[in-house]
Parts: sequence; structure tokens; C-alpha cells
Amino acid sequence: MGHLLEIQDLVVKFGLRFGDLTAIDGVSFTLNKRERMGIVGESGAGKSVTGFAIVNLLSKPGYIHAGRVLFEGIELNRLSDEEIRKVRGNRISMIFQDPMMTLNPVLTIGTQMTETVLAHKEMRKTDAMDLALEKLKKVYIPSPEKRLSQYPHECSGGMRQRIVIAIALLTNPSLIIADEPTTALDVTIQAGIMDLLIELCETEDMSLLLITHDLAVVSQVTEKIAVMYAGRIVESGHTDDIIHTPRHPYTQGLIKALPGALEAGSRLNQIPGMMPTLTDIPPGCPFHPRCSVGVPRCGTETPILMSVNDRNQMVACHALRRP
Amino acid sequence: MSAWERFRQSYLLHSFKRDPIAVISFVVLMALITVALSAPVVAPYNTYDAATIDIMDAEIPPSWMEGGDRRFSLGTDIQGRCLLSTMIYGLRVSFLIGCGAVVVQALIGILVGLFSGYFGGRTDALLMRITDIQFAIPYLIVAIFASAIFKLAFGVGRYEELAVPLLIIIIAVSHWPIYARTVRASVLGEKNKEYVEAARVIGLSHRPIIFRHILPNTMTPVLVISTIQVAEAVMSEAALSFLGLGMPITKPSLGSLIRSGFEYIFSGSWWITFFPGALLVIFVLVILLLGDWLRDVLNPRLYKG
Repeated sequence: MGHLLEIQDLVVKFGLRFGDLTAIDGVSFTLNKRERMGIVGESGAGKSVTGFAIVNLLSKPGYIHAGRVLFEGIELNRLSDEEIRKVRGNRISMIFQDPMMTLNPVLTIGTQMTETVLAHKEMRKTDAMDLALEKLKKVYIPSPEKRLSQYPHECSGGMRQRIVIAIALLTNPSLIIADEPTTALDVTIQAGIMDLLIELCETEDMSLLLITHDLAVVSQVTEKIAVMYAGRIVESGHTDDIIHTPRHPYTQGLIKALPGALEAGSRLNQIPGMMPTLTDIPPGCPFHPRCSVGVPRCGTETPILMSVNDRNQMVACHALRRP
Repeated sequence: MSAWERFRQSYLLHSFKRDPIAVISFVVLMALITVALSAPVVAPYNTYDAATIDIMDAEIPPSWMEGGDRRFSLGTDIQGRCLLSTMIYGLRVSFLIGCGAVVVQALIGILVGLFSGYFGGRTDALLMRITDIQFAIPYLIVAIFASAIFKLAFGVGRYEELAVPLLIIIIAVSHWPIYARTVRASVLGEKNKEYVEAARVIGLSHRPIIFRHILPNTMTPVLVISTIQVAEAVMSEAALSFLGLGMPITKPSLGSLIRSGFEYIFSGSWWITFFPGALLVIFVLVILLLGDWLRDVLNPRLYKG
């Protein structure tokens, strides 16, 4: 296969009392070694669920209904708890949204870092500490030696996110899944963290799956983008193509909604309406009630991803077939 | 920064110094514990040694009263033992039983609470129903059955030797549900926080997540109820001893001393009951006052109170 990560027709459902809700409906994508990819979408589009489904950490009522998650040729969703634990945190690391919450408030940073190493490798504690120190230097933390004996509350938000990244690096993973890693940080620190992630991907030979709602962020960081809407990928392709020549009406709407594209003082563009909740996804194309270019088929038939050019840009829209 | 410096600059110490009641309670408690634990050195007489007791010295009033004896500053009890020495030894027994019972009940309760809260579902339902049942059984009934069975099985002679561990277990078994409920409640709050999810993501199994990540975060309420539970255990022991289910009169605790004097209170020998009773009240009171202060300090919602 050659791909580092390959998702095939992934369907994630949440089993509830009144029936199953489909949170992700047939998502497929591939990620190569050293490639950076972004998943973009509104809240509830299924971005984070996709991330959690990859490492098999869907919380309780959620389960993988169909599809395959292949990582380095291994089918992750078939592994036992014991086996996936060796992959999770080891070959695949995750970074979360809020660095205030992801570090345990009562353990020192050194303890939390060595614990990660020792969970996956036979190693002496002092060696683990050295490794932790080395990784802290890689993420450019000021006075890293001091940090090891400090508690999370003694560090600022940006520093904590760097620590979280350092923890993710400890086991030399080949894939990092970053779920909104900069949403809780202010803009200048955001840029710093993003630069750091790009640099680390290159120096450490890692791939990055960046999950975010922020198109501006993905456009600077990633090479590929997949746009998700109501549990489906509606458009995917190279970052340049998606940003400059978006084809799906939803992607076009998102890009028009960016404040940078406007003159000062004019009103922001917005897409009318709200994304449907999982309980009442409309039949056919889930976007059609909000779409401006709808054709009659939209309400009855769900569009599938079709290639629209020779650079692998894929769009799921009926209206595009005959422009 | 060393641990000692951290402690010196901590909010805990700062608020302690500013609270005279806490300081006084702490000093009194430390003094009582020191005296109790060094009983063989501090007490004027070894009351466990029958050779030093003379029945002719029975019911001597405190030394400042008419008929008092210089040798016995607080008088003697009905067996002629120096009341002060007996109280010091009794305080030691009460304190050991109180602490022992709290350690054991905390162990049981914390484990049950952790597993119940963390795993949820059926485990939770089962463990919590057991907890409820335990809560519904009064500890006096547990104590009466346990000591009756024990005396039947091992004989009254062995009972005197094994009374301390037996009382620790009886009190612990009947009080652990409080820990289980408290710990479960805070585990339910902690387990959905992101750091727990992050710990799962780095590939940790259940055991390190429960004991290294969740447990330390639930320790604040445990610390606070522990102080109350020590006081509670000391009082339970006193109540059991008062009813004759606790420490034998040869190795009296404060409770058994109060009881032994109770029969003589109307014949004028009030001191045998009064002094142990007063000591018990002071001991329990300072523990509760310290617990009160600790609860205020450790509850961030009361910072600006």
C-alpha cells in the first residue's frame, strides 16, 4: 500500500436508546509518510470523532460500525485493547485542544513525561528523564531543566502546549493527531506552536493530522485538506487547490467567510443556516438546505466524491457535474 | 526550590498562622499525642503492671481535695490505679484505635470508591449497593455480633490480647462507606477531565490511570473527612467501651475508664468519670476544629469568604 495511514469507508455510530446515530458516514482518506493533512469543518462535523476513531478511543456509546483503519499496514480497529495500547501513544500520539486540562494538575511535568516513556519502553528512570529533557529542548522551552520538577500550574498556556507536544514526541511517533491544538491559545502563540509543529514534522520524520475549524491555520500548515460536513468529506485535495479554487459550495462559503478576503468595514459573509444535528440529517446531500446552487437531485440522492481535476481534488456535489 | 521552602511559602502555612484556633488546636493535639505515645516514659505509674497496684489505694480523691494523696495528683480509680497514668495509657489506646480504624476504613473505602467511580456501570451498581447495605447496619450491632462471636471462638482470655485489632476492624468495617461515597463522587468528576483522556491516549492501562492520575486528585476531600473520621472513630471506640464491648478494664481506653467510674459517680467518686471524659472531649474537639480549618483552607470556593 505504501500509505502511512489509510482510512477506508469509516462509519462511526453512537448507540443510543432511541436508535443509532451516524456520526461519521463513509469517510475515506490516506496520509503518506511525512505528509501534513488538515481536517476542517464546523463543530459537530465529525472531525474529532474521526481522530478518536483512528486510535480506537471512541467514548462509550460510540463504536466503529464499518470500514477499516490501516496504520503502517496494520488494521487498528481489529486490535485488542492490549495491542492497541502499544500503538497508541507510541507510534501515534495525540495533542488536545486545551493544554490547561490535558496535564494532570498534581503531578510534576517530569513525572508525567517519564511515565509516558516507561509505559512503552523498558528503560531506567534516569534515562527517561534525560529523554524528557532532550524533547523539552526540541520544543524550545526556556530553562527545560527547571520545568521537569515544576507543576503544570507554574507554566503559561503556550508553554504547556509545548510540553504536551514534547510528551507526544517522547516515543518518536510516526503520526501525530492534533485536535484543535491552538484553539485555547492566543494568536501570536498559535503561530509559534504551528511553526513548531511544521518544523518537528520535518526534523523528526512525522506525519501530522491536524483537526481544526480554522481554515487560516490549516492553509499555512498542511499540504492536503479534507473538508467535512455532517459526518462526510465534501471536498478534499491539495491545500492550494482548496484555498484558491474551492469547488464545493460549502468550501466556497467557508473561504468567503474568512475576514481577510474582505475590504475593511464591509459585512462578513456567512453561510445561511446551521449545520444539521445528527438526529435529523436531511436526505440526499446533507448540505442542500443551505446550498445556493442546488439542483433537483440534491434532495434525494447523496453525492459521492468525484475527481474534478488531475491534481486529485475530489468534490461531492451534484451541481458540479454539469457546470 | 526545596520542599521545605515550598512549604514555608505555601498558602496552607500562611492561613494556619493567621488562625489562632487552628494554632491552639494543633498545639494541644500535638501535646496530647506526644504524651499518649510516650506513655511509659511520661506516666508516673505503669498501670499495666499489676504489681504496682494496691487495692487499698482505691477511690482516693484528687490531691488538692480533702483525703487526697500526694502520690496521685488526679486521684485513683476503683482498682487503686493512678488515674492520671491510666488516662495517659487510655488516651494512647484510644488514639491508636482511632488512627488504625481510619487507616483501614480509608483503604477499603478509597479502593471501593475508585473502582466504583472509574468503571461505572455494573461494577458501580454492585459496589454502591454493598456500600448502602453496610451503611444501613448500625455499628453497634456489628460490634455486638463480632465481639460475641470472637469471645465464643477464642475465649475471653484471648479477647484481652486481641481487643485492639478487633476494635479497629469493627470500627473500620462499619465506617468505610463514607469514604467510598466521597471518593466515588470526586472520581466521577475527575474521570471525564481531559488529563485522564490524555493518559489513555499515551497508552496507559487502567491501573496507572486510576492510582497515579485520578487518586491524587481525589485526596483533598479524603484528607478532610479523615480528620472527622479519626474523631468519629475515637468516639465510637469510647461508646463501645462504655457499653462493655470495647477495651477490657485491665487495659482501659478512655471509654472503659468513663464506664468504670460511672457506677461510683453517685457515691461521690466523680473524678473517675470526669477527668477521662474531659480528656476525651478535648481530644475530639481539637481534632474536629483542625478538620474544620483544613476544610476551609482546601476548599478554593471559600478563599474569598
